[in-house]
This record gives sequence, C-alpha cells and structure tokens, in this order.
Amino acid sequence: MVSDKKRVKGEVLLEMRGVRIEGRSDEVWNPIIKGVDLTLRRGEVLGLIGESGAGKSTLGLAAMGFARPGCRISAGSIVFDGKDLIAASEDERRALWGSRIAYVAQSAAASFNPAHQILEQTIETAVSHDIMPREKAEADARDLYKRLQLPNPDTIGDRFPHQVSGGQLQRAMTAMAMSCRPDLIIFDEPTTALDVTTQVEVLAAMRAIVEQFNTAAIYITHDLAVVAQMADRIMVLRYGNLVEEAPTREMLKQPTQAYTKSLWAVRKLLKPESISDDIVLRIHDVTASYTGSIKVLDNVTVQVPRGRTVAVVGESGSGKSTLARAITGLLPPSQGEIYFNGKPLPKALAQRDRDTLRRIQMIYQSADTALNPRHQVRDIIGRPLEFYAGLRGAARDRRVVELLESIELNESYIDRYPSEMSGGQKQRISIARALAANPEVIICDEVTSALDQIVQEEILSLLMRLQRDTNVSYLFITHDIATVRAISDEIVVMHQGKVVQQGPKSKVLSPPYPAYTELLLSSVPDMDPDWLTNLLAKRSRKAGVTA
Amino acid sequence: MSTTTAPLRNIKARRTLAENVVRTLRTAPISAWFGMIVILFYAICAIFAPLLAPYGESEIGGAAYQFSSWQHWLGTDQIGRDTLSRLIYGARNTIGIALITTVISFLVGVSLGVLTALERGWLDQGISRIVDAFLAIPVLIFALMMLAIVGKGLVNLVIILALLDSTRVFRLARAVALNSVVMDYVESAKLRGEGMGWIVFREIIPNILPPLITEFGLRFCFVFLTIAALSFLGVGIQPPTADWGSMVAESKSMIGFGRAAPLYPAAAIALLTVAVNFVVDWFLHRASGLRDGQ
Repeated sequence: MVSDKKRVKGEVLLEMRGVRIEGRSDEVWNPIIKGVDLTLRRGEVLGLIGESGAGKSTLGLAAMGFARPGCRISAGSIVFDGKDLIAASEDERRALWGSRIAYVAQSAAASFNPAHQILEQTIETAVSHDIMPREKAEADARDLYKRLQLPNPDTIGDRFPHQVSGGQLQRAMTAMAMSCRPDLIIFDEPTTALDVTTQVEVLAAMRAIVEQFNTAAIYITHDLAVVAQMADRIMVLRYGNLVEEAPTREMLKQPTQAYTKSLWAVRKLLKPESISDDIVLRIHDVTASYTGSIKVLDNVTVQVPRGRTVAVVGESGSGKSTLARAITGLLPPSQGEIYFNGKPLPKALAQRDRDTLRRIQMIYQSADTALNPRHQVRDIIGRPLEFYAGLRGAARDRRVVELLESIELNESYIDRYPSEMSGGQKQRISIARALAANPEVIICDEVTSALDQIVQEEILSLLMRLQRDTNVSYLFITHDIATVRAISDEIVVMHQGKVVQQGPKSKVLSPPYPAYTELLLSSVPDMDPDWLTNLLAKRSRKAGVTA
Repeated sequence: MSTTTAPLRNIKARRTLAENVVRTLRTAPISAWFGMIVILFYAICAIFAPLLAPYGESEIGGAAYQFSSWQHWLGTDQIGRDTLSRLIYGARNTIGIALITTVISFLVGVSLGVLTALERGWLDQGISRIVDAFLAIPVLIFALMMLAIVGKGLVNLVIILALLDSTRVFRLARAVALNSVVMDYVESAKLRGEGMGWIVFREIIPNILPPLITEFGLRFCFVFLTIAALSFLGVGIQPPTADWGSMVAESKSMIGFGRAAPLYPAAAIALLTVAVNFVVDWFLHRASGLRDGQ
C-alpha cells in the first residue's frame, strides 16, 4: 500500500450522497447533517468551513463511515474507493481506519498518549495493520519527521509528547496519519490551537506532504484565511446544510450566497484611533515570576488611558495573561509598581479594599468556566450589585434587567443557567457581570477567541458601544491581530515577558517594524490563496540572504 | 412611580423547588422508584415506630423462642420479646444513628476537603497526610480499638465512626473540589473580594454536589453496615436497645435449629442497602448525564 501505483490524480475517491446524520438528545433524534453531497478526488484538498455547530466535524467523521457516540448516520450513502462504508461491517471499516483513512484532531496534546514515546505512537497503526515491518516503519517515520521539518528528525521520536512543543506535536500527529500513506486524511481544525507563527510552519508542512504523496484531504476549519491556503475547493456548511461549494479562488473572488458573503466580508469593524493623556492605570517596570527564577514579566511598563483600549498582543507564553494576573493582584509583582489613578495599588489581592477591587474588572476567554454553571443569570449579574452597591430584592432584579438590556439581551434571560445559552450570549453575560461593578478598567483576556467570526464581531461592537457609553478603559489581551486592528487605540507587543513595542495603533501597525512585530504580523494569514506560497518564498529568500 | 423610571414589570420568577422535584421524579427509572419506596417505608417505620409496633421495644410479650403466630407475626426472641416490634424499633435506632453519623462525617469531611483544595500549601499537606495515615487502618479494627479505649456508648460510637468516615469523605471532597477551584468563576469571585464562606458554599459546593450526594448514599450504607457489624460483635448499640446488628448476633444460634429468626434483621439490612444503592445509582447516572449535556 506504500507504493503509489494506483494513485491516479483526479480519480473519484470518496463519494457521499444525501448523507443525513442525527444526534440523540433528550430522548429524540435531532438532525445534525441534513442531506449533504460530497465528492472528493484523489490528490484534492477539500475545505469544509462553517461556524461551530454547523456540522463540519460530524460530516468529516462521516467521511470515514464513523458517527460519534450518540449520533447515527440515518440516510444516504458513503462510498470510499468503491466500498460502501455504511453497509460495511465494523471490522471492515476498522481495517480502513488508520491505514487508508487517517484523522488528525485539533488537539494533538490530547490525542497522544503521554506515557509512550512519539515514535512508538507514530508507527503504531502501520505495525499493527501489518503494513510494514517495524524497522522499516521506524525509518519511514524518521523520514516523515524530516519532511515535516521537525527539528532533530532522527531523535525527536524518542521523546515523550510533553517534551516537544504544541506545533511540533501537531506535525508529529500528521506524521502519524501519514505513516500508512493513507488515501484520505481528515484534518479537523489542526492549527486552531496554535500560535500564528507556529501555524505557518504546520500549514506549510501539511500542504507539502499532502502534495508529495498525492493524498486526498478534507480540511475542516472555521478560519477562512487558513482554508484559502490549503484547499482546492471549499464547501460552506450552515445548520447541517450545504450553503455553497466552489473552487477556492472562485469562491474567494465571488461568493454567491449571502451567508458566504457575510463570512467573507473582511471585518467591517474599525474604530478610529484616539489618543488620550489621562492615564487611569500605569504599570511601571513590573517584574513577576511564578517560581522565582524565570521572569514571566520582565520590566514591563504599560499605560492605559481612560476611556481607551490598549491591546496587548503576543503568542502564548509571552506573558500577556500574567500581566493581567499582576494587575489584579493574583500574582504580586516582585518588583515595580502599579499605579491606579495616580496612586500605587497594593500588590496583593488581599490588601486591596472592596472599592479598589470594584474599579478593575475582568472578562475571561471562556464564558463556560467564567460563569458558575449552578448560578442563574440573576445571581451571576446580581451578585456584584449586591456585593458592591448593596442592592437587594426587586431593586437588584430591576438593575439586572437594565444591564441585560444594555448587552442587548432581555429579561427573559434572567432565570437561565449558563448551559441554556449560546457561547455569544454567555460572553455577553460575562460582560454584564463586569459592568455591574461599574468599573473604570476592564481587563479582557482573549474574550473573543473562543467565538465564531460573526459572534466575535457582535461582541466587539458591543464592547465598543459600552466604552462610548461608560468611558471604561479596556486592557485587551489577544493573539488575534485582526481584532487588535479593529478595536484598539494603542498596542503593546509582548514577547517572552518583555514589551517589544508599544504605541498608538497607526504607528505599531505600519512599517518600519521591529523584527518580532514583523514576524508576528507577517504570520497572520490573508484571504489570498497565494499568501502562504509567497510568504514561504519571501522567508526562504531572506534566509538565503542572511546565510 | 415617577415618570423617569421605566414601569415596573413582573420579572420572571424562578422555577420553584417543588416544580423541580416533580420534573426530576418523572424521569426516575423503576429501580429508583423501588429504592425510594423502600426507603420511604423504612422512614415511616422509623418515625412512627411506637404507633406501628404491636409491642414495646423491650417489652416481654410472651414465651421465648416462639414460632410465628397471629400474636407474634415473626415469633419471639430468646427472652420472649416480639421480633416484629424489635425490627420496627431497630429501624429507628440503626437508621437514625447511621444517618447522624454520616451527616457529621460529611460536615467535617466536606468543609475540610474544600478548604484544603482552596488553600493548598501546608494546610493541605498536613491534613492530607494525617488522613492518609487514618486510611491505612481498617475501619472496623480501628473502631474496635477506639471503643475499647474510650468505652462503649452511643455518643462515643457516633463520634468515632463519624471521624473515621470523614477521612474518606475528605478525600472525595478534596478531589472533586480541586477541579472546581481552578475554574475562572472561582477566580472571579476572589477578584470580586468575596470571603471564604461565599466561595466555598456558593461557588464550589453547588458544583461538586452530585458526587457528594452519591457518596452520601454509599457512605450511609457503609456506616450502617459498620454499626450493624459492631453491634454483632457486641460493642455497638447496647441492649436492651433494639438494633438489627445485635438482633442477628443474639439469634444467630437459632439458625442451627432451622429457625428464620436471624434472617429477618439480616434481610432488613440487605433490603435497605440495596434500596439506597438503587437511588444512588440513579443519582449518579443523572449527575454524569448532566455533564454530558454541557
């Protein structure tokens, strides 16, 4: 099966007709996929895009003839290389999985067994399916590591999953999927959890290897710019229906459906930059660390003007969330001062009085963990009102309703639990909880990164409207450059605990850039399908020049 | 109302407790219903024992070792007390004492468990190591030893068993609370300036309640079995107080004569254990099902 004898490019490999998938909840079967056709040819990469809940992962798994527990494929046909996967027995399907159809999941960290070495796991399928002998499989895995541009390809396989970075693990997982030279690989959001600079490397590696082996692939993502780099053809899904299907360039140039157009419209939101000298929060020369030896924040100085938005950008590990912890007092800085309205803030949380706490509020990335699942909206928003303003009973409820209206929800939400709301609604409740305290500064820690594009935009415009209404300042922590471009007044770029650059948006986002800012900005994918090719060419030219 | 404020509206009231209970009960499976009916039956026996029992708790109502008859449905014991009456009173004593013991052990175990999960550090280390030491010793042997040291007696029995049991509750409460204390909503409450009481009782405990309730059911069974075992060994509930463990002990030799006397209290113990487990199973299922849904 390793030989490429039968791999004729263009031959139909997978054909799905009228596929319907249902999921069981509350004792009834609800449709998830409502009759979708999908054709995939050898050597072709098909992009599946849509918002969360559109059914893209379900459809991707169905391409393997697999339905998640609690789901069933209720109608339609799935024919893979002449074999009907629905009619096939469990054993027949299992023989295909891993060897001829492979799956690359979003979180490589969760998909690797932490107790086994990477090489061992990479070759496991090839060896257990008797596709190649062990020695050959090991040599082949090392070769794949090299092709995927993993560092030290000969020895990296001896490491355990926790000893390599997230991007490397994601590439190792691609090697695992490739180990049997499958005919079809399903990539399910493989780069969503990665930083932009790592994402570029992983995308390039995956694209190269798919091309080299003439493998067909289904690439599932919600990131349009990424899919533009990877896919030959794009299918847009919504509510389990196919909205539109076209070759990538065609679809990027002229989407026909309104929904696709709304996805395609480059973020409309753009706040004009405005600068102010009225500093509400000043972080001065702050150094902080968790263990005492490694400085997570290294002489950081940041100023937040009143009524403005300061965006803190950087990759994971750059110290941007630690900055939030230092400001809130959860991690008292070992050095430096934080001034609030000109007065130094007590370093530790316990030393701050209630009114100081009220003035600095925080909104978290994931409303699922930030809202107590056992509290109703009435209690979630009502508690700060009770705690800081002493409101009780009907007066408190009335204020809760006012706040709900200010975040564009209504009083019918008052007795809901977080699990009874959508992601965007939950994030709105988090915002209302912060507003209830009537704060001067709100720290927003990646507040939109768990949300779909359209919802993101709604949340951002809500935050901007609230800023106009209440003159609150935002310290907006994010890794998403597009968000920064849309809403910030000033930008702070952080890298390895240090501030690389800070200044007004117009200055930071226009050349000349410091080296790191340039790397960060150039790694953000464009909607242009040639973006990745051009970027790689440009970078290799540059490397050639410096070498 | 002044004209500046919006007209007052009736803000939706939350679902009442009774409505919630009814909604929940509708979904209960047959095994859980069986369990609940049995538990209810036991509870009625325990509460209304003086009204239900044909004879007094230690009243001698006839000759010893009588067979079943219309006067004594289940016969009489070695000194002529009515077995049925002693079974009914036994429900009151055995279940009541087991319940009190379990409640105390949960109060101690859960509050310490959540507190150590929140605080970590030396407090956690200290308490956890002491608990580890306790867990290394078999409960029955440790209880026997302690009862030998401090003396037999109801209060001593309850305190010793509650403390021993609280070590196991502590372990569970700490483990489940550890998952909850790292959540952003706990951090958010800390940043708000909330006190320890609010964080423990309003933020954390509601989230770890399902496994704790389940554990309560199981712990209750274990405590109840331990008390029965201790009574059987003669250091538990003391005569003439009726209790199922000592009833088995007192009548155990009768089984050799083909008499069913020791089987009645044993069956009472077994039935209650099974019933509680059925209900607990249902709870466990519901609790884990809820998590799937989220």
